[in-house]
Amino acid sequence: MIRDITIGQYYPGESWVHKLDPRLKIIVTLVFIVALFLVKDFVGYIVAVAALGIVIGVSKVPLRFMLRGLKAIFIIIIFTFVLNMFMTGGTEMIRLGPIAITYEGLYRAFFMGLRLVLLIIGSSLLTLTTKPVKLTDGMESLLGPFKAIGLPAHELAMMMTIALRFIPTLLEETDKIMKAQMARGADFESGSVFRRAKNMIPILVPLFVSAFRIAQDLAMAMEARCYRGGEGRTKLHELKFKKRDLAAALLTCLFLALIIQEQNIMAALMPTLASLASNLAGAL
Amino acid sequence: MSIVVKDLVHTYGAGTPYESLALDKVNMEVADGEFAGLIGHTGSGKSTLVQHLNGILKPDSGQIFIGDVDITAKGVKLTEIRRKIGLLFQYPEYQLFEETVYKDVAFGPLNLGISEEEAEQRVRDALSTVGLDFGKFAERSPFELSGGQKRKAAIAGVIAMKPEVLILDEPTAGLDPKSQADIFDMMARIRAEERIILILISHNMGDVARVCDKVFVMENGRIVLEGPPSEVFSQGELLKSKGLGLPPAAEMIHMMRESGAELPETPLTVDAAVDIIDEYLLKKHDRSLAH
Ligand SMILES: Nc1ncnc2c1ncn2[C@@H]1O[C@H](COP(=O)(O)OP(=O)(O)OP(=O)(O)O)[C@@H](O)[C@H]1O
Ligand SMILES: [Mg+2]
Repeated sequence: MIRDITIGQYYPGESWVHKLDPRLKIIVTLVFIVALFLVKDFVGYIVAVAALGIVIGVSKVPLRFMLRGLKAIFIIIIFTFVLNMFMTGGTEMIRLGPIAITYEGLYRAFFMGLRLVLLIIGSSLLTLTTKPVKLTDGMESLLGPFKAIGLPAHELAMMMTIALRFIPTLLEETDKIMKAQMARGADFESGSVFRRAKNMIPILVPLFVSAFRIAQDLAMAMEARCYRGGEGRTKLHELKFKKRDLAAALLTCLFLALIIQEQNIMAALMPTLASLASNLAGAL
Repeated sequence: MSIVVKDLVHTYGAGTPYESLALDKVNMEVADGEFAGLIGHTGSGKSTLVQHLNGILKPDSGQIFIGDVDITAKGVKLTEIRRKIGLLFQYPEYQLFEETVYKDVAFGPLNLGISEEEAEQRVRDALSTVGLDFGKFAERSPFELSGGQKRKAAIAGVIAMKPEVLILDEPTAGLDPKSQADIFDMMARIRAEERIILILISHNMGDVARVCDKVFVMENGRIVLEGPPSEVFSQGELLKSKGLGLPPAAEMIHMMRESGAELPETPLTVDAAVDIIDEYLLKKHDRSLAH
């Protein structure tokens, strides 16, 4: 049940996507997210979906595994969809009493929902194909230049590693506590919203206690192994920018250009396409 | 009431790269009033198995009969099953959450919908059964207790529900000898008074041999050996190959036998071992007199 949440999980693999430099993957993911907000029309979305589809295909992470991450935010997607559907003005399609669904609303709701789905899948692809350690190495290296202005890059990266590392642990812990309370007759599924919220107390209290205990144990274990921050710390695996990273970077540039220029390209292609179509019609 | 488990299969994380087969066609029968022991190497599936017995985990396939009710069937009232089957989780102290020990122990009984008065009576009984003084502990915060006291409070929380089957998953792990003895006393008392089914998971062969009527040995999600302790623990080599061992008393007699002493049988308890050695020494003494 609760273990279905896949945010921050890694899917082991040997694919081309897995092997890319994490720094590049982080940047590509950011580019993809920005690109999603630049998309203006239908064709743009097709480009984005196709690009994501290709990367998923190459990564060999089963789609089913990725969709599972969506389950957790299903409510938010539905909410976005419904809100956009009813709140957008324009030509009416159906009217139900005081509320109306417009064509524009439906169009917008669909694309907002799609954007959210792409956003989640795109960013979970990053964590699914990158080991947490590599991810934070990449983070640290990308934040490196900001050390000059006093940004604690190493500490931030370490905090992120720990947070990522403990998401599954805390989920496991929640699962365990839920089971133990269910064995004592606790009921988490029925009753009013208020009741249900109150019923969460037997889970939340032990969970917090566990979280603090884990944090304390970890801090002690790190100190016992002489951890003392980033100063002078060397790496087991140095990050190297390889040929395949260059190829991926170029492909990303191409993708971004396509998204930005997509309307112009379509406009330029339109006359050719139209004449092609009429020629075809004439030939028939 | 009896427990019958048929061809139970359970896979964790089905459909993910972390898939693992935790139970592989487990069959098991525990008769009414029996005290069963469940042993097996770390990760052999013991905890997974017992979590099925009160419907906390759902099997991929297979059936579980509690009495004549198949609890894996659709539409079974799981709350009813959970009332009947008390399960104490491994490291149960992490389930404590209330402000006071009293409230925490009363949590289970109140979930069953009984009155406040009856709940109080049950809390009193349960605390005294596990050996926590009501006056001293009832109003304390469970988070201020020591590890062993927390464990006892958690056990009280389960027995206060008056289950008809009590399953204890490593209840004594990490406790001092006195607390361990307390918990075994408690089990003996419950057994004498209520005649309920008890299932004990433990890595302590000596404990299992001493208290159980029947022992199940698990390995890699299967039950590979079962029978009365005297039979199971007579197969020392087999148990060792499964990452287990013999009770200390049996181990000692086994070693004496290997170094040439003619000892008849494998004892399960220290007392039995003492008897065997006494007899052996007496015989040896007689023989040397006869010479
Ligand atoms: N919640 C879970 N999710 C995924 N796998 C699990 C989970 N719980 C247990 N497992 C796996 O199932 C197998 C059986 O675990 P289980 O906890 O039943 O073992 P056990 O016999 O109780 O061991 P121990 O003596 O250490 O308590 C192990 O391989 C374990 O890794
Ligand atoms: Mg266990």
